[in-house]
Amino acid sequence: MKKSAPKSASPGLLLPKCPTGIQGLDEITGGGLPRGRPTLVCGGAGCGKTLLAAEFLVRGATQFGEPGVFMAFEETEAELEANVASLGFNLKGLVGRRKILIDYVHIEPGEIHESGEYDLEGLFVRLNHAIDSIGAKRVVLDTLEALFAGLRNESILRAELRRLFRWLKDKGVTAVITAERGRESLTRHGLEEYVSDCVILLDHRVNDQIATRHLRVVKYRGALHGTNEFPFLIGDDGLSVLPITSLGLNHKVSSERIATGIPRLDAMLGGRGFFRGSSILLTGTAGTGKTIIASNFAQAAAKRGERTLFFSFEESPNQIIRNMHSIGLRLEPLMKRGLLRFHSARPSLYGLEMHLATMFKEIAAFQPHVVIVDPITSLMDLGTHSEGKGMVTRLIDYLKAGQVTTLFTSLTQGGHALQQSEAGMSSLMDSWILLQDFEGNGERNRVLYVLKARGMAHSNQIREFLISDHGIDVVDAYIGPSGVLTGSARAAQSSLEKAAELATQQEAARLKREVERKRAAIERQISGLRSDYESESAELRRIAEQVGTSTQMLTTEQAESGRLRQADAKVATRPRGRSGLRRKS
Amino acid sequence: MKTTKSTRATKAAKSSRARPLQGKYLLRLFVAGATARSRQAVLRVRQLCEAELDRGGILEVIDIYQQPELARANQIVATPTLIMEFPRPVRRFIGSLANTTGLSVELAVSAKRRIAL
Repeated sequence: MKKSAPKSASPGLLLPKCPTGIQGLDEITGGGLPRGRPTLVCGGAGCGKTLLAAEFLVRGATQFGEPGVFMAFEETEAELEANVASLGFNLKGLVGRRKILIDYVHIEPGEIHESGEYDLEGLFVRLNHAIDSIGAKRVVLDTLEALFAGLRNESILRAELRRLFRWLKDKGVTAVITAERGRESLTRHGLEEYVSDCVILLDHRVNDQIATRHLRVVKYRGALHGTNEFPFLIGDDGLSVLPITSLGLNHKVSSERIATGIPRLDAMLGGRGFFRGSSILLTGTAGTGKTIIASNFAQAAAKRGERTLFFSFEESPNQIIRNMHSIGLRLEPLMKRGLLRFHSARPSLYGLEMHLATMFKEIAAFQPHVVIVDPITSLMDLGTHSEGKGMVTRLIDYLKAGQVTTLFTSLTQGGHALQQSEAGMSSLMDSWILLQDFEGNGERNRVLYVLKARGMAHSNQIREFLISDHGIDVVDAYIGPSGVLTGSARAAQSSLEKAAELATQQEAARLKREVERKRAAIERQISGLRSDYESESAELRRIAEQVGTSTQMLTTEQAESGRLRQADAKVATRPRGRSGLRRKS
Repeated sequence: MKTTKSTRATKAAKSSRARPLQGKYLLRLFVAGATARSRQAVLRVRQLCEAELDRGGILEVIDIYQQPELARANQIVATPTLIMEFPRPVRRFIGSLANTTGLSVELAVSAKRRIAL
């Protein structure tokens, strides 16, 4: 037999890997399947073994330039082409371009009579011929175990299979061998004992009426790999495995802040809103206005010229548009401008993984800046708690890696402790805003508060907000004797405070007037006193003048009389000095 | 007795398909290389079908190493494989034909049928 054995598996430090191109599988296996070695893919009926194998070949041929041979034991070439066409693979075209060669091996047990010794050289020759004719690097043997149904001599078969796997390795092709799941062993005929390099187990389980496919790398010799069971699904563009751990926690963070669309809420969040690329949780009981706040956020994003993708799991887009219109929020223009897109689906339409995959696909197609999931709780109800959390983790990881801000609304049941019911999710969230009902005074009022906002100063107040026909208004908080006042109590408190303020103002005005009046009275008094003084001093002057005149006259008279009486001159000077003194004063 | 070797096999196969041999045998033996097992198979077939081959039956021996494309066209998995193309229905025998009861019975049944006809 001819053996052209180019050993590609060169012994290096790292095991060379062969990328499958299947979304998520390369992340789990750390780069792909072991190059130049066979990999066993086992699983029950309807797990997607053949599709995985077919995608491995198609991706190899189209993306990695590695032609492949598909040796089919169960389906004819035409059947296979039709089956993978549903995944968008044009197998026929690839076959035509000699990128893929399909060899249908037909074994009809009824036709075959065994007598004596034989080997499977026919199979080897066909495979070798097929590989050499298109220079194949990849080989798929789907389902090799059909041989066990066609040929009875198991000891020959086993010896030949062992030889086949050895031969495939020597040939240096990366092979995928599919096998039916056995009852106790991995495969029905124990193929796993021949293929020891890499074993992948597929599984299809139904939980709560929802079927989910799972993939697990059971064994991968010489390489680290994700050991968990990962959900995967078969979409219209092939398989996608959804690894939780594939992204990790090494995404970039932005310190840019984006507005919420409600100025007073921005003010509560350190005045500038949320961080870009953060995850925000908006929890509240029914009718607390979660969707409205979410829609406001979308509108704010549109104002910045950013795209928003709105996943709605309870309302149809038209219903949301109509409802938002009633509070003066017009969403249709945003949709027309391509800044807003709705994706509505009933949660029970399909399983969690399918939802996640469609969300990923929508996100990849629309490239939004903001994603709104309304409400996340109805999705989480689909799976178990840990599945739900895993899904949210994956979604957040995916979105954070792309710097997409995400707003999740969450419906909480009345009666539960809020913190408790969100315990699973809250740790994943960067900001958490709580909406609540306050009942009292025969009315129900809405309040909101920021429960957590990582990395920013935020208000600790409980604030009431009103939904009116022009949107949301966060109003000032009034604290009464029994806590925060809302609704009419707040209004009453507000008017009380207003009345009190008015009274204070009036009192102040009155006091001012009083002072004014007093000042005027004093002024008046002062002017009275001054006029008294004026008149008195005038009087004084008059008297002084009188006195002066009379003294002069007296002096003159005395002098005259002295002269007449011839009195002493010394005497005459004294009264003159006295009169001078008086004039001075 | 007529035995065509590998290179002429295709031509022979085509001619035999075009002109169905009434009551005559058409046997194709696929072997992989000139191994002891191959040789044994060829000998056994000749031995068992001597009478039929004498009556104008055809035995083609095809080495799939020489003509790998024929292995695919004839759905050969195991070697040696003996395909009894005619008379119908098509039967396949795999192995070195050491245990020939099956083949003998087949041949006997066919022979009887031919006599009855």
